[in-house]
Amino acid sequence: MTRQNPTSPPPLISVQNLCLTGRRGTGPETPIVSNVSFDVAEGEMLALIGESGSGKTSIALALTGYARAGCRIAQGELRVAGHDVRTMNASELRSFRGKTIAYIAQNAGAAFNPALPLMEQVIEPALAHHILPRKEAVEHAIALFEMMALPTPHTIGARYPHECSGGQLQRIMAAMALITEPEVVIFDEPTTALDVTTQIEVLEAFRVAMRQCGFTGVYVTHDLAIVAQMADRAVVLKNGNVQEEGTTRQILSKPAQPYTQQLVAASQPHLRNHDSPPLSAPLLDIKNLVVGYGPPMANGRPTHTIVDNVSLPVCAGETLGIIGESGCGKSTLIRAMAGIQPWADGSMMFDGQPLPARIEERTPQQRQHMQLVAQNADLVLNPAMTVEATLRRVLTFYNEDASDAAIKRVLDMVRLPQALAGRYPPQLSGGQKQRVNLARALAARPRLVLCDEITAALDTVVAAAILDLMMELKRELGLSWLFVTHDLHALRSVCDHVAVLYAGHCVEFSTAAALNVPPHHPYTRKLENSVPEMQPGWLDGVIQHNGLRQSGAERAPATGCSYMPRCPVAVAECAQAPPHTWQAPSGAHIACHLHAQDLS
Amino acid sequence: MTLTLPLRRLSPLLQVPVVITLFWLAVAFAGPFIAPCLPGEVVSSTVFAPISAQHLLGTDYLGRDVLTRLLYGTSSTVLLCAAATVLACTAGAFLGMMAALQQGMTDTLLSRFMDGVISIPSLLSGLVAVATFGSSVPVLVLAMACIYMPGSYRTCRMLALSIVQKDFILAARMRGEKTGYLVVREILPNMTGPVLTDVGLRFIYAVRLLSNLSFLGVGLQPPQTDLGSLTRENLLGLVYGAPAVIAPALAIACLTVGLNLALDGKGRRQ
Repeated sequence: MTRQNPTSPPPLISVQNLCLTGRRGTGPETPIVSNVSFDVAEGEMLALIGESGSGKTSIALALTGYARAGCRIAQGELRVAGHDVRTMNASELRSFRGKTIAYIAQNAGAAFNPALPLMEQVIEPALAHHILPRKEAVEHAIALFEMMALPTPHTIGARYPHECSGGQLQRIMAAMALITEPEVVIFDEPTTALDVTTQIEVLEAFRVAMRQCGFTGVYVTHDLAIVAQMADRAVVLKNGNVQEEGTTRQILSKPAQPYTQQLVAASQPHLRNHDSPPLSAPLLDIKNLVVGYGPPMANGRPTHTIVDNVSLPVCAGETLGIIGESGCGKSTLIRAMAGIQPWADGSMMFDGQPLPARIEERTPQQRQHMQLVAQNADLVLNPAMTVEATLRRVLTFYNEDASDAAIKRVLDMVRLPQALAGRYPPQLSGGQKQRVNLARALAARPRLVLCDEITAALDTVVAAAILDLMMELKRELGLSWLFVTHDLHALRSVCDHVAVLYAGHCVEFSTAAALNVPPHHPYTRKLENSVPEMQPGWLDGVIQHNGLRQSGAERAPATGCSYMPRCPVAVAECAQAPPHTWQAPSGAHIACHLHAQDLS
Repeated sequence: MTLTLPLRRLSPLLQVPVVITLFWLAVAFAGPFIAPCLPGEVVSSTVFAPISAQHLLGTDYLGRDVLTRLLYGTSSTVLLCAAATVLACTAGAFLGMMAALQQGMTDTLLSRFMDGVISIPSLLSGLVAVATFGSSVPVLVLAMACIYMPGSYRTCRMLALSIVQKDFILAARMRGEKTGYLVVREILPNMTGPVLTDVGLRFIYAVRLLSNLSFLGVGLQPPQTDLGSLTRENLLGLVYGAPAVIAPALAIACLTVGLNLALDGKGRRQ
């Protein structure tokens, strides 16, 4: 297994024949990871790639000498920076974890203690291991904050975790990991929970930190585009076995194993939606919608406006995509359409009839013809009901045929075997749950299906299959889809029309094809530029081109364009008046003060 | 046959408490019929007699057969408290789920009312109820049900609140399902575990309250008896180490602990 030639220095991390086992309750031990071997040379970044359940996090944790409850390191050799991880006792491990190896977890929001200011938590490793006195530790932390391009690095340490955004917390966590100057840093999907625009800021900060601190890294992820940017070499895992190992370039361009090929293919953006239907009358027509929370103010607007004056048509038989970062109002918009969140102003027409704001006031036909598929597959299905019972209830509720044959037909529609009918949701995989979720919506024979980030929680390969299924159903059943996402690739591949939402405003509305033709709203351009490409070295190019981005505290002007504080091309006018919408030659409707020639 | 089959499917850790619970249930129903003597009958001239072949659990402070009194006492304690608990928990659970579903005004009014009831000490409420309506079995059951409903309501409301947030409730609501369906089919099956544990707790509280009321002489009136009053009336026997006081105390412990383990295990299995 050794890939080092005799003259090169020994690898900093060496894993030989690692086997991890786990048991559930008092059940038998089952292997999680079997016979995994790899080396990481000093200063190198190795990516562990795999879908959920492939054992990548377990391996990363094993490097720190830790196994989750119920799991254990069964056999194999783990050497990290000259330490034999398996033979160390508890106090040696403690010192090893503080000084030699550091771990950056996925969800920084949950990793910080909400009751302590951030600085206390960042310098804690340095103090606990007596590496630096407090004063120097604080100085070092501030230097790290500066390197991470955090806003106000001198004072941000005094904040509490809830006062920082997710991207900021992730970078502060990296600072905490780096404060003891460890030789090895493990990144466990640090950007998976972040928006694309935030993700790129965090990746840039990590990249700069890697260059300046020169640590050896292990990067756990399922996103090949991130691997391309962050890692030198990659190990592809499936079901606890190594599928393939090689340099990043080699794995991305010439994958040898079928699984890797499948993974690479699923990550490549490709057009699934080949036949756009001719524009017909809108099935759902949204006009000047204002949705918000809190009691109405004197001018009739809600205290907190989430969706502001949005007009969108969803035509029969087409897919409308809505994209935007978290907090832009896309979920609120979909909830308003679904009748769960009443709107303050504006109107909706469904099939030529006005649609009441509240679900209780809608007619049974309106409720049946518009179905919501919600995001989180774990929350959408009642865990106490079998798949069959769930589907049967929908069929009987709408007075459809609820025989076993009808249930089989619905399961067929989402390509699920009938054998799953008797299962309970916790016995299904994430992709299967999402298919049952779709099946429940389809059982009602809807005309419009509202999809709220249905692929966000799924692995790349599974998500690609769900998108394929959506498009097949669109062709077979002539369904209209409303597809809300923050994934630009997915949006491009399935949608006919696209709306870009920012801070509750629709800043751009165009056909999917027009997304490739400039000019665009500055925010659309930022979204596009933030999606990592599969090309190694792309991120370095972006950093060189833009310098490191500062994401400061942004406050939109009371009147004027809400995107102004982040806009690179803002002019004085933007602060004064809200932008008007104009049509570009490509057919895109853009809400911006600048004009086509300035935005191209 | 019908009993042993489901039992065998349970883990050994659960079998024991389930058997204990079934035993006490059997005693509760069959006790008065298999009792060797009459509950008020003085059968021996020795008070606080030790265990003997004639009187399996000895005699009490008046020379009555303790086993007989224990069988009768268990019956009234278990049946009365079970009735009160079932009433309290059924009402509490349904009101709690309703409040969680409706939220807004319904929730506020119900919750404040329940808070009001819960703020009065349970013994005091019991005394007031008995003083107003007199001490009888229906009054005791209803009083205990009313006293323990708010606690059950609060537990169930909290449990239901977290379930109501989930998207499958949203899906059912969007379909236009009625509140009754949501409560019975969508919410209740997802909280049976914790609710059963709660039922066990309420039952123990009810046993304690009934014993307290009996101690004060306003609970079950003689010749009726319950485990609490048996313990109290034979308190003097402690000095002699008489089974007359130990047996009912052990019975209370065994009954409550067994029931709780059984319900708790049922909850944890899910």
